[in-house]
Amino acid sequence: MAALFLLPALVLLGALVVYPIGYSVVRSFYDQSGGGFAGFDNYEALFTDDGIRTALKNNVIWVVFAPTVATALGLIFAVLTERVRWGTAFKLVVFMPMAISMLAAGIIFRLVYDQDPDKGVANAVWVGVHDTFAQASAFPKAHPGRESPLEAAPGGGFITKATVSAGTPVVLPLVGVAPDQMPDDAKAAVQAKADPDSITGTTWQDFTRGKGVGTLGGVDASELGYAGMKIEAVKDGKVVASTKAADDGTFTLPAAAEGARLKLPADNFKEPYNGLDWLGPSLVTPSIIGSYIWMWAGFAMVLIAAGLAGIPRDLLEAARVDGANEWQVFRKVTVPLLAPVLAVVTVTLMINVLKIFDLVFIIAPGSSQDDANVLALELYRKGFSEDQPGVASAISVFLLLLVIPVMWFNIRRLRREGRR
Amino acid sequence: MRSTSSKNRTGRAARAAAAVLAGALALSLTACGGDGDDDGDEQGGSGNEETAGAVTLPKLNGESLEVAAVWSGAEQENFKKVLAEFEKRTGAKVTFVPAQDPIINFLGSKVAGGQPPDIAMLPQPGAIKQAVDKKWAKPLGADAIKELQENYSQGWQDIGKVDNKQYGVYYKAANKSLIWYNAKVFENAGASEPKTWDELLSTAQTVYDSGVTPFSVGGAEGWTLTDWFENIYLSQAGPEKYDQLAKHEIKWTDPSVKDALTALAQVWGKKDYVAGGATGALQTDFPASVTQTFTGGDQPKAGMVYEGDFAQVNIVQAKAKVGTDAKVFPFPAVGDTAPVVSGGDAAVILQDSKAAQALATWLASPDAATIQAKLGGYLSPNKNVDNSAYPNEVQQKIAKALIDSGDDFRFDMSDQAPQAFGGTPGKGEWKALQDFLKNPTDIAGTQRKLEADAAAAYGN
Repeated sequence: MAALFLLPALVLLGALVVYPIGYSVVRSFYDQSGGGFAGFDNYEALFTDDGIRTALKNNVIWVVFAPTVATALGLIFAVLTERVRWGTAFKLVVFMPMAISMLAAGIIFRLVYDQDPDKGVANAVWVGVHDTFAQASAFPKAHPGRESPLEAAPGGGFITKATVSAGTPVVLPLVGVAPDQMPDDAKAAVQAKADPDSITGTTWQDFTRGKGVGTLGGVDASELGYAGMKIEAVKDGKVVASTKAADDGTFTLPAAAEGARLKLPADNFKEPYNGLDWLGPSLVTPSIIGSYIWMWAGFAMVLIAAGLAGIPRDLLEAARVDGANEWQVFRKVTVPLLAPVLAVVTVTLMINVLKIFDLVFIIAPGSSQDDANVLALELYRKGFSEDQPGVASAISVFLLLLVIPVMWFNIRRLRREGRR
Repeated sequence: MRSTSSKNRTGRAARAAAAVLAGALALSLTACGGDGDDDGDEQGGSGNEETAGAVTLPKLNGESLEVAAVWSGAEQENFKKVLAEFEKRTGAKVTFVPAQDPIINFLGSKVAGGQPPDIAMLPQPGAIKQAVDKKWAKPLGADAIKELQENYSQGWQDIGKVDNKQYGVYYKAANKSLIWYNAKVFENAGASEPKTWDELLSTAQTVYDSGVTPFSVGGAEGWTLTDWFENIYLSQAGPEKYDQLAKHEIKWTDPSVKDALTALAQVWGKKDYVAGGATGALQTDFPASVTQTFTGGDQPKAGMVYEGDFAQVNIVQAKAKVGTDAKVFPFPAVGDTAPVVSGGDAAVILQDSKAAQALATWLASPDAATIQAKLGGYLSPNKNVDNSAYPNEVQQKIAKALIDSGDDFRFDMSDQAPQAFGGTPGKGEWKALQDFLKNPTDIAGTQRKLEADAAAAYGN
């Protein structure tokens, strides 16, 4: 009779769990087409293929960092929210990301990590912080046009090919500054007047909208002066005089600069800081782990908060009466009492992290998917885009082997808990 | 695991799972039932044939068909309108099955599950061959072939053939030898449309001098990069070498590849020529690479973007007007003649039936192509589609260029290559060119990597 009642469950379990696992194991010993027995070839590929090796390495990084950081954050949130008046509201907010699917979270974070600071929040913040300490220059991307009297200077910036002398106005034309990036106080450029006692000249954007350069190396009516451009006179590698261009691009240097070459130093042209390459090869895995923690810290917090509610208050009180400060109470009483819950949360997250796929698949752009690779993603790629079902099955069996000890640990703990 | 306190949980979960499964079983059972009577009333109402259009289609009341394609968004919507017209004319019911790239693997799992769609739109000649080799594809019937011969040039018929048997109807074509540019940027810079590679470089310099980055490259997806390479290679090395390289009869370490990569580096390798720099470009997907060229008023992120006619869909999404805000010029000649690299999607029958044959015939007809042509973002290799059916001057120009090239066009090389080399994200040619974009000085290393990956994928 019991067997009869068990039958539906057994059939379902067999068809949905046992059979697929068994078939995967069998399939992992066959070759690509499934026709020939391949022995351990697929498993050999597992440990020799570069893509899989990166995936393995990343999986280790994931398993080590994601669950621990999420649990630690969850613990902090849980302990702190116990004490604030709006604790429940705070908990609700932290837990909210759990209500979002991995896919949606992935799309959100793809935007958060966007390289362009105008789009990606992460870089917007980063660039904002960076720019408060280091100002961007006014003329990024300015460069000499055709037949320019300027050439690239060693160590950045531009320098005149010829030396300058008083009485002959110098022209320092550049091109390539976007009109909307020109300084607001820039005025129409003016040809500098010759002065026998000092070096004069103009530095300006030698580019007329709609007409190209206009007069090459000559000031045209609608061309703007490079207001605030720094100019140095360099003689024998030493700066002998320096000045800044006026709003109309004109500048004057003392007679000491006679015979020097004029240099536009590199800090005129410093590129605007573009923030970090969050999804580039080196940062992509930590970035994605960050988004995972954003999702799962709330989960850890709720479980830990539940555990926290079960801690006898008198123990904490007793510790306080005995003169322990809050940190000691947390460190020596709360955490040890919470240890079982913390272990369960960490282990649950570990299982969850081992099979991580969606976030990596969605957040990592195609160009760095290789660097962000994890086993589950490699399984998918091998199985569905490279048509290597044998290797894919081997990966899945390997993943199963990885999960088993963690599962076993969890089940044992649950059983012990049940007995208590 | 999550609710340590509830002992009931396992029981409840199992019951829930059972309920879900029961539902799923019921669904799949009905699905099977639906399939069973496929051949039941085949002759249903074929008495009165449709006479509205030029193409004759049988009456197919009660028939149902599935068409699988990877199209999404507007492209899918527009294609569904073509299917709707087929439904109207024949009475059959056609369901669109959205597939994922690579579609051949998607079909593999469908065939393994015993439920292949009746017709699939395969984007590569290589995929058609694969489908034939695996005995999934069924040859076209006489009606469809007749329609095809009436409307298609020999070149377009031939790439749908495997072992001299016609399997594919190239329903949709792409002209991948176009460079789109922001008209305002060109006007501000005083730049003009280039005809040769050198002119392109000087145009790029002019645009750069005006303060706008010349090129936008969608490097997050490898196929945009392979398309760049193919245009340069076809024009520079010529069609014969192109065909040889496509079949891997010459190695990627060949000097001709080196020349093409060197030319490519003139654009990719020049500081500030690519929007966002190499790292930025590698994170820009194709739609973004187009929209960033046509948004931002006088100061877009880039002045030009290379890609096929289908970029129009994204241009429209960027709220730019094709023909006024966004203009186009053919990919300039790097060698003696300008290249015409094309792509396309071929309808291939996977489950032979009268209805499937009728649908293939329909897709080969000018009537079907005209419907989608009018909706924009679509190009037909069908030479009997009236050029005026295309919604704007630009599209008409592109269509004309494609039809006029006759049999001189070449099909996208990476689409002819094995999937593992020419069509897998993060692998093979895609990855090698992404690395090249990042480090355009390493031509020899890129060639070696391409050759190694190609040798592995082609198996020679």
